[in-house]
Amino acid sequence: MLEIKDLHATVGGKTILKGLSLKVETGQVHAIMGPNGSGKSTLSYVLAGRDGYEVTQGSVIYNGEDLLKMKTEERAAKGIFLAMQYPVEIPGVTTMTFLKSALNAQRRTRGESEYDAMSILKLVRAKAKALQVTEDMLKRALNVGFSGGEKKRLEILQMSLFEPKMAILDETDSGLDIDALKLVAEGVNALRSPDRSMLVITHYQRLLDYIVPDRISVLAHGKIVKEGGKELALELEEKGYADIEKVPA
Amino acid sequence: MSAGSDTKDQVAALGEKYKYGFVTDIETDRAPKGLNTDIVRFISAKKTEPEWMLDWRLAAFRRWTEMREPNWARLRYAKIDYQDSYYYAAPKSTEKYESLDEVDPKLLETYAKLGIPISEQKQLAGVAVDAVFDSVSVATTFKERLNEAGVIFCPISEAIRDYPDLVRKYLGSVVPVTDNFFATLNSAVFSDGTFVYVPKGVRCPMELSTYFRINASQTGQFERTLIVADEGSYVSYLEGCTAPMRDENQLHAAVVELVALEGAEIKYSTVQNWYPGDENGKGGIYNFVTKRGDCRGARSKISWTQVETGSAITWKYPSCILRGDDTVGEFYSIAITNNFQQADTGTKMIHLGKNTRSRIISKGISAGHAQNTYRGLVSVHPKAINARNYTQCDSLLIGGKCGAHTVPYIESRNPTARLEHEATTSKIAEDQLFYCLQRGMTQEEAVALIVNGFCKEVLQQLPMEFAVEAQKLVGISLEGSVG
Repeated sequence: MLEIKDLHATVGGKTILKGLSLKVETGQVHAIMGPNGSGKSTLSYVLAGRDGYEVTQGSVIYNGEDLLKMKTEERAAKGIFLAMQYPVEIPGVTTMTFLKSALNAQRRTRGESEYDAMSILKLVRAKAKALQVTEDMLKRALNVGFSGGEKKRLEILQMSLFEPKMAILDETDSGLDIDALKLVAEGVNALRSPDRSMLVITHYQRLLDYIVPDRISVLAHGKIVKEGGKELALELEEKGYADIEKVPA
Repeated sequence: MSAGSDTKDQVAALGEKYKYGFVTDIETDRAPKGLNTDIVRFISAKKTEPEWMLDWRLAAFRRWTEMREPNWARLRYAKIDYQDSYYYAAPKSTEKYESLDEVDPKLLETYAKLGIPISEQKQLAGVAVDAVFDSVSVATTFKERLNEAGVIFCPISEAIRDYPDLVRKYLGSVVPVTDNFFATLNSAVFSDGTFVYVPKGVRCPMELSTYFRINASQTGQFERTLIVADEGSYVSYLEGCTAPMRDENQLHAAVVELVALEGAEIKYSTVQNWYPGDENGKGGIYNFVTKRGDCRGARSKISWTQVETGSAITWKYPSCILRGDDTVGEFYSIAITNNFQQADTGTKMIHLGKNTRSRIISKGISAGHAQNTYRGLVSVHPKAINARNYTQCDSLLIGGKCGAHTVPYIESRNPTARLEHEATTSKIAEDQLFYCLQRGMTQEEAVALIVNGFCKEVLQQLPMEFAVEAQKLVGISLEGSVG
């Protein structure tokens, strides 16, 4: 699905990723763990194609294609989805309007026919229920006045709606209490599928109790420093990142 | 290069041509260049106007020669040479097209984006086709229904001939002949426009629109509109200027007067998309417009909604005189400026009567090198007990080279007045754009979505069929503003 080789990236002239290599297999849930400042969010933005995140070296091959050559919206249309740590507010644009605009934009790029308002409404309603995204939330302006939990649920709703091939979840657990976390995790687990990969980025092991990964990679100083199975999370929980951070970059 | 040059080359036009068949000898229909009493007489004669109308025009012209062009707006443009313009002329034959193939493809692209069907695209582009036939028949069916209701809806030149008493009573009663430089000029030389009269207690059975007369409205660079809503009546009027032009700077100085008698309500909506000039600021319409409504009777209401996306220069302050007690004035505005466009627009709410209320919602969007100014006056006179005003001015900046300015004037001479003013200035945030792009939208789609959200309160005021067009326009006008 995704193969990252020797990736170097800078933000505002500062090098954050320093030779990161990572392979995400199709159908796998791959967790990236790491301390603050290790480059977790930078990795997610580089993969999504955010302006200002400059790749200076290395390659990213996504389903046989050079991901770094694609525009941000092209990546989205080809199945890259980033559930953001801080979903943004867009005043005056209802959630429903946003979902329709985004889904149809992706479909246009893929050369598929667009959905009309009614079909989208049906589609969204069917998926919204399980995530407890209410009618009211769909009518309100996107993320405006939404609680932390509501925002994250809406991210997962979008993931469910867009049916991405490669979903990146950036600190999806941040700011959630345990009930909200469980609900979001259930939503994510329901989307696990043999043809969909997920990159679950988190600082804490807690999220991985609910979204159990197939693989775990540990990121420190802009590089993957350790890789293993799900048991690695427990090890990190016990020992913390102190040992890992000592490893010279 | 003078601003008014070739103004009248565009004039007269398409509407006239379609109505009266093909113009065979254009030269004979053109008045000599420049402006003097002979030209004013010429225009009046062309319209076969009665003596009183000619006198009115001549008085306006005399007054105009003593006036100076106002310079208080935050606008910069080359000096306009008023003697270097044609004030009455038919279009040059070279400006007409035999088929769509000859029309600038960029223009056609814009029409396609607006969702305007081919037949209308031809009309808009001024192609000599019979498509206009459809519009004529539409206009006729329309007229019958209005006649049944007793509503008068006709060109102002026709009204001057057919309803002289009504026109004499109200013309110039809201915007006096001497009001301002551009209004006075308009009074002297106006060549076309619309007259609407809604009788007592009548709710106009349909939205009145210049849509069907889009060619005709293009003819009048100095059009004049007069709408009178008699006691207890209601009318909603839509004005769409969605025909881009491809010329040198041209002067457009219109006057719109609204009169609402006791208990009447007038809703006036505009979607203005005159040619804004190119990316380098060359060409475009100079839009100097005076629009004013008079809530003359008690409990009357006038509501202005405008979406201003076109013109190189916009100088426009649709206002309300809240004369009657318990009257309501509203102004909802979206002004979008991109590239080198400049807009100085806003409103005046003049509170004269008791318990008068006004509401101003202004959304200014500036991109490229554009300058966008909100200029508004809320004036409460001594007798206006319990006057209320709420003003909200929001500005959105796209990029770092444009400007947004807010100039609110408040005069309160009654201690019971309650006036609220809120203003914000923001930028489209990078994280908002990224979020939209990540979800699959292009840069342009994202900007259009965010800006439409920003303008929502105003867009909601537009009648449905216009709202859709306006939303698309918002997107189109900002193309190329980011990235």
